[in-house]
Amino acid sequence: MSAPLEVPGAAEQSQPEAVVDAGGVPVAGRSLGQIAWLRLKRDRVAMGGGVVVLFLIAVAIFAPLIVAWLGHPPNEFHQDQIDPNLQTASGKWGGIDSEFLLGVEPVNGRDLFSRMVYGSRISLLVAFLSTLLSVVIGTVVGVVSGFFGGWIDTLLSRLMDLFLAFPLLVFALAIGAVIPDKAFGLAGDALRIVLMIVVIGFFSWPYIGRIIRGQTLSLREREFVDAAKSLGARSPYILFRELLPNLVAPILVYSTLLIPTNILFEAALSFLNVGVRPPTATWGGMLSEATRFYQIAPGFMLVPGLAIFVTVMAFNLFGDGLRDALDPRGR
Amino acid sequence: MRRRRSIVAVVAATALVTGLAACGGDDGDTDGTGDQSATKAEFNAGVGKVFNPSDAKGGTLRFANSGDWDSLDPGDTYYAYAWNFVRLYGRSLTMFKAAPGEEGATVVPDLAESLGTPSDDAKTWTYKLKSGIKFEDGTPVTSKDVKYAVERSLDKATFPNGPTYFNDFLDTQGYESPYKDTTPDKLGLKAIETPDDQTIIFKLVKPFSGFDYFAQMPSTIPVPRDKDTGTKYKEHVVSTGPYMFETNELGKRIVLTRNPNWDAASDPNRKALPDKIEVQLNVNSDDMDNRLLSGDLDVAIEGSGVGAAAQGRILADQALKANADSAEVARLWFTAMNSDVAPLDNIECRKAVEYAVDKTAYQRAYGGDIGGKIASNIMPPVIPGAESFNLYETPNNAGDVNKAKEHLTACGQPNGFSTNISYRAERPKEKATAEGLQQALAKVGIKLTLRPFPLADYTKLYAGKPDYAKANNLGLMVYGWGADWPDGFGFLSQIVDSRVIRATGGNTNLAVKDPKVDALVDKAMSETDKAAREKAWVEVDKATMEGAWYVPGIWSNGLLYRPKNLTNVFITNGFQMYDYLAMGTTNK
Repeated sequence: MSAPLEVPGAAEQSQPEAVVDAGGVPVAGRSLGQIAWLRLKRDRVAMGGGVVVLFLIAVAIFAPLIVAWLGHPPNEFHQDQIDPNLQTASGKWGGIDSEFLLGVEPVNGRDLFSRMVYGSRISLLVAFLSTLLSVVIGTVVGVVSGFFGGWIDTLLSRLMDLFLAFPLLVFALAIGAVIPDKAFGLAGDALRIVLMIVVIGFFSWPYIGRIIRGQTLSLREREFVDAAKSLGARSPYILFRELLPNLVAPILVYSTLLIPTNILFEAALSFLNVGVRPPTATWGGMLSEATRFYQIAPGFMLVPGLAIFVTVMAFNLFGDGLRDALDPRGR
Repeated sequence: MRRRRSIVAVVAATALVTGLAACGGDDGDTDGTGDQSATKAEFNAGVGKVFNPSDAKGGTLRFANSGDWDSLDPGDTYYAYAWNFVRLYGRSLTMFKAAPGEEGATVVPDLAESLGTPSDDAKTWTYKLKSGIKFEDGTPVTSKDVKYAVERSLDKATFPNGPTYFNDFLDTQGYESPYKDTTPDKLGLKAIETPDDQTIIFKLVKPFSGFDYFAQMPSTIPVPRDKDTGTKYKEHVVSTGPYMFETNELGKRIVLTRNPNWDAASDPNRKALPDKIEVQLNVNSDDMDNRLLSGDLDVAIEGSGVGAAAQGRILADQALKANADSAEVARLWFTAMNSDVAPLDNIECRKAVEYAVDKTAYQRAYGGDIGGKIASNIMPPVIPGAESFNLYETPNNAGDVNKAKEHLTACGQPNGFSTNISYRAERPKEKATAEGLQQALAKVGIKLTLRPFPLADYTKLYAGKPDYAKANNLGLMVYGWGADWPDGFGFLSQIVDSRVIRATGGNTNLAVKDPKVDALVDKAMSETDKAAREKAWVEVDKATMEGAWYVPGIWSNGLLYRPKNLTNVFITNGFQMYDYLAMGTTNK
């Protein structure tokens, strides 16, 4: 894509959307972005995923408002909703009624709806920021390694191998267990969120790093880079003005696909009780508690489970659609 | 006693602590005659009487443990269920009688011919061993084997798990361990004398009238010196009881088979009905509950009751409920207040917490009404002589914001304060407790931050280590305690006496540092008259509550399930679970 030499006809064949037939009247061609957007708009599944993603982001941002309107404070006990002997909701269907939209948690009667809404904040925050971190590191290392080659490439590639071989989950478990309550000027949940972001982000960059390196390797040999070089352009200019714009598409696509992976990873950490501390609601933490009650209160497990499922699914569908739109040949 | 459990065990095991106290132990069946029995399956048929009595021998009794033993070595164990079970493969000087209800809490002679003979000042105790008792290999048991067993249990570096009563009470004169003993027979401890092979004499540093309780601890189970392999002895304990180890795959499975050198004539206490006893270790606790209900398993060995899910199923189904027992147990779930952490060094602040706590939430955390009764003081009512009193009464036990604020003002913190609350991460009930306290105390402005710690090291490295607790501002510490044996000393001494607190950690007294309480403990300990002694322990309880060191939460109940094939099932007050010595099975 984005070959600088415009060969008439070739574009028409490979990217028919790029040529606008306006009845012989010459019109400006569409930009790459516009073309991709057109393709994306036509992909109903991807658009559906995108809408859900936007909705989830809105839910996470406006969680306090939503909960104030439709729920109860996420940590508030409602033991009047619980059967004192059976430990589960006294109402039907896990206590679902007009006041508790998704029912209540067994034992303490916390509002499941509120906890699910608040749980989305942790999940999305950790997933987005850790993805951002790994994309930044991965892009920098990938571009540098691919562009300069030689011993720099060898060194950075081995480094990536090293990180790929690292037992991330075990490391995250260990560090989550030993981290004190206060460190690096942070305390409590803030510290643990930052920690999760750093751990997840710092160890998942090699995936994107390798892809970027490969792309850079092939771009480096292209004519427009040679042309820039022969005109006397320096390395930084080539890196930022010639290579990086051509890497935006893969970066975007892999970010969207990395986010759901990280959501799952965060959920796994919370499930194993090394994420944020109770009573802060997280989807993984809710799932972990629900395992004790799945026989008598299946709804408790269903709520966070579905939340994770829908979120991951939406991001994946959207990411797939975006890849198809930006690079139709990869279909 | 500490009911330590492995991580896996916790989820289910703690979830199981449930039962209907009011319908249970106090129904008048517990008059201690012990000859009552029941054959009709109904709720609580195993409480205070023998359910399904039988003398039929044979079959395999199948136990499962959601975790693992602290150690199978009798000198190194402190689980209630382990003390219950050890009687199958070891005989101590005295033992808890295998009988239902209160009678099960009486101490009877086992290796010894009779209970101990004290000197006038209760500082010297003498026991005579029965003759003709043999180890599993046929070697006769002598008093020297008992002395050696006690000696090695003193070595807390090698055997850290067991109780420290002998270390604290015997006149050890600095004796540490038989492994460091330079005398040729390794019997250098002067506090125990063995004038002949049948006689053993204990010399104490202070008078203690309840020594027969010490003599029932597994550390008096004889250990042959030439078979002692130190920390490896647990891999093959040499049996003196009716069963010996056939298989012992550590962490996986134990099989006990009949011991040919055990003589039933010397042992009126053990029925020894099953031919084999099998224990599976590290079994998922929910899985264990399901297998109990389906009859694939006979006993969940920890005896702390079924998990939340199984509890729901049992209570909702009359047929299942008829096979369940609710045991009122001598165990308190409570929260300790750490006076090392400001502003809880001020008694007014501690009183504010006592008033602010919503005990109904505490009870919910432990399974509601059938999980236990709301506790108003420390000693559980099931302990003989215990009295219930409430120094911090609040309407409906739900907390009193106004009174709490009054005390906060008196403490100089009218707007409340912030501190941390610790609990054992693997125990969902303790987590629910901490969350409940957080909610309740927030109403008076006391802000709690939850700090979970791993169960296995909770007392060793965290809450039970004073400098760690102080440095990390653990103002409140969620904890629980079960009686080592059902009397005031067996319940209170390890959790209220400030002199048992060690700076190195491993403490079970997390908070109480009160000279007044210590003085009362001494008074109670030297009191030889039973009624006066029971009163004295109530005074200890009152003084501790006056100092507002503990927030008592729940006096625990356990909902136990007995599959249909079990015979001779009953709950013993000695261990507050099913007695494992008398039990038989109709499964072949």
